Amino acid sequence: MSGANLHLLWTAGAFVVMLLVIGFYCILVSRNLIRILIGLEILAKAITLSIIAVGYATKNTALSQALAITVIIIEVFVIAIAAGLVINIYQKHDSLSTENLENLKG
Amino acid sequence: MTWSLDIVLLMALAVTALWAVMATRLIYAALGLAFASIALAVVMFRMGSPYAAVIELSVCAGLITAIFISVISLAKHETVAEIESRMKRRWKKYAPLPLVAAAVGVALSLVAKHPRSMPQPLAETDVRKVFWHMRQADLIGQIIIVLVGAFGIVVLFKSWRKK
Repeated sequence: MSGANLHLLWTAGAFVVMLLVIGFYCILVSRNLIRILIGLEILAKAITLSIIAVGYATKNTALSQALAITVIIIEVFVIAIAAGLVINIYQKHDSLSTENLENLKG
Repeated sequence: MTWSLDIVLLMALAVTALWAVMATRLIYAALGLAFASIALAVVMFRMGSPYAAVIELSVCAGLITAIFISVISLAKHETVAEIESRMKRRWKKYAPLPLVAAAVGVALSLVAKHPRSMPQPLAETDVRKVFWHMRQADLIGQIIIVLVGAFGIVVLFKSWRKK
């Protein structure tokens, strides 16, 4: 692997970690269900970027594209199902805040 | 690849992701996420992954944004007073986030100045061969996920319509 490719991998890796920090921070701090989904989506983007960057750096873009497409498909259906759940929760509780979800308290 | 343009695109991705998290209105957050998807798609295209870039652009920037906007439009709209009171709390909560993200980025970019060598793997160049011949289990998994997802959406929206 050439030095330029490794440098690109490290740079993309820095941005991947930044996206992971942003996504985890959003999930941990936010109380709004839609914002939690947005955090999840940012985490998925970080994963996709890391797969593509590694594929580019190792000159194995075919495999990395196949894996990235798989990640994107999974991401879409996770978000679609989660959005359906959020709508149901909103219909039941009239709120999108996680603080109002008390039915599962033991 | 032109380095400066790639750095600008990656920074645009990080800034739009930050905007998606920190925006006070949910609709702006969804738009920020769409712009992040567009930036990521351009980065993917420039990194030699055009098929994945097209899917990222159409599915993530298009379909997921549509899902988010439809969910947001189903929720009730806030009044100006509610938004203002929430904005104050939000800025306190999210103020450290840009600093933390920038500190992590700077720290990792300092490490990036010292690349080490890695072995070159054997690579198949045709994405279609990889997808249809080498990663068949992934394909079956994707089909199952699509079917389960479609079934889940039908069940969830059916119960919502009954109410």
